Amino acid sequence: MSPLRVAALRKSYEGREVVAGLNFELQRGECYGLLGPNGAGKTTTLRCCLGLTVPDSGDIALVGEPVPSRAREARMKIGVVPQFDNLDPDFTAAENLIVYGRYFGMKDAAIRPKIAELLDFAGLAGKEDANIRTLSGGMKRRLTLARALVNDPELLLLDEPTTGLDPQARHLIWERLKRLQAQGKTILLTTHFMDEAERLCQRLAIIDDGRMVAEGAPRELIHQQIEPQVVEVYGEDAPGWAAREAQAFSRRVEVSGETAFCYVEDAAPLLAHLAAWPNLRTLHRPANLEDVFLKLTGRELRD
Amino acid sequence: MPRISLRAFAVWRRNFLVWKKLAIPSLLGNLADPMIYLFGLGYGLGGLLPQINGVSYIAFLAAGTVCASTMNAASFEALYSAFSRMHVQRTWEAIMNAPVTLEDVMAGELLWAAAKATLSGAAILVVIAVLGLVASPLALWALPVIFITGLAFAALGLIVTALAPSYDFFMYYFTLFITPMVLLCGVFFPPDQLPPLVQAVAAWLPLTHAVALVRPLLFGEIPAGIVGHVAALLAVAATAFWIALTLIRRRLLK
Repeated sequence: MSPLRVAALRKSYEGREVVAGLNFELQRGECYGLLGPNGAGKTTTLRCCLGLTVPDSGDIALVGEPVPSRAREARMKIGVVPQFDNLDPDFTAAENLIVYGRYFGMKDAAIRPKIAELLDFAGLAGKEDANIRTLSGGMKRRLTLARALVNDPELLLLDEPTTGLDPQARHLIWERLKRLQAQGKTILLTTHFMDEAERLCQRLAIIDDGRMVAEGAPRELIHQQIEPQVVEVYGEDAPGWAAREAQAFSRRVEVSGETAFCYVEDAAPLLAHLAAWPNLRTLHRPANLEDVFLKLTGRELRD
Repeated sequence: MPRISLRAFAVWRRNFLVWKKLAIPSLLGNLADPMIYLFGLGYGLGGLLPQINGVSYIAFLAAGTVCASTMNAASFEALYSAFSRMHVQRTWEAIMNAPVTLEDVMAGELLWAAAKATLSGAAILVVIAVLGLVASPLALWALPVIFITGLAFAALGLIVTALAPSYDFFMYYFTLFITPMVLLCGVFFPPDQLPPLVQAVAAWLPLTHAVALVRPLLFGEIPAGIVGHVAALLAVAATAFWIALTLIRRRLLK
């Protein structure tokens, strides 16, 4: 049984289709990513999966239960880390866990023995009595993750789990998510950080305007969707250079401000040519998921 | 069909745990305002007044104070506190990620606001009993009345919370609904002092029914028309809760 199966999911708000026919299915034990620019429909999709929004059409099976009709039963086996922190500010760290466990019908006696372990996992050992207001952003995120584990869920849903965190805090979250996966948990995460998706996800879907534009393993997507090498050319003269010269070396060139991104099979001829342009700085690197993402979803701003 | 389960009790307990941390200041805070009115008006104004329907003004006012502060306590909880949990702290959102429905959350909030209002009303009841303003143990029957009064005003408050864009919105509700009720429903003076048209309107207001039950009970009498008054309060509670649920569903589960 798949932990989550979504078929032909559609949802409109005021005539605008936010989710426009999404299909995907998670395999047990994998980390699956939903990537997309702001407004792509990621959060709406998660809300539909939890039964908090009723879709216009489509089928959802969450841990084998039809959603929304049996969403409550399904949520027994789900842990959620929402996009915005919603820890209870009136409680200590330990009370947050106890009170949250009660929402799953757990007895206090069943929750108390798990508190130290959960806090330890979240890197918050000894913080039982800490006031939520005194915790840093990263600590709050980790406590939210610990809270999502109180019911020992099969599937974790994480909505942009590291947005707003500093690099240290992000790395710690990543490491913990990998540990959870090693313990056999299935993870669905939404993100717009490509490095996060590339590191964590075995498979991911890029969605834009509510549609899936690509799906696969990160390496596979890079291989299928884009040329293997990228030469970034910077400098005041870069746009002019790109307009006149770049086409001779690169089939696909994208200019963004004072940077030209040249996608090539073989970078050597282009690099040799660029040696004669001392005003232009260059960066030669392998193509990554961000290149795929920008190719598929475009470079214009989404707000 | 609302899907309410026993999980509503977990929501109730969450609010209770928060309250417990500040129980004494909270109770004293709830007592201070009504007591100032009771003593100030009861002795100050009461000294100038003849007896009302055979009792002293302060005894008359005591019953009204119990009802008015029950209404206030339920309203404050269902407006400001519930709005904080719904909108500012996103507590409801967190709860609904667990196997708890919006109906459970709302039922927990309703029962909590009514319970807190009952505590508030009961605290005043104790004080006025100590002051000797209560005639007989029949006054204990005021407690269930206080509870259903709390339910009615909590449910009404949740409607306003469902519609509120921000805290400022609540001022309209207090100015246009709560304050007029305090003046029209027999808290400070018998409603028959009012022009007939206003009396007719006041008869429909929920606080009128609460006062009509609590005042005789404190005087040691069995109220007239118990069934009608209780039914009116319960009908307000049920209808308002249903409307609040519909509105909140539209707001949060869209």
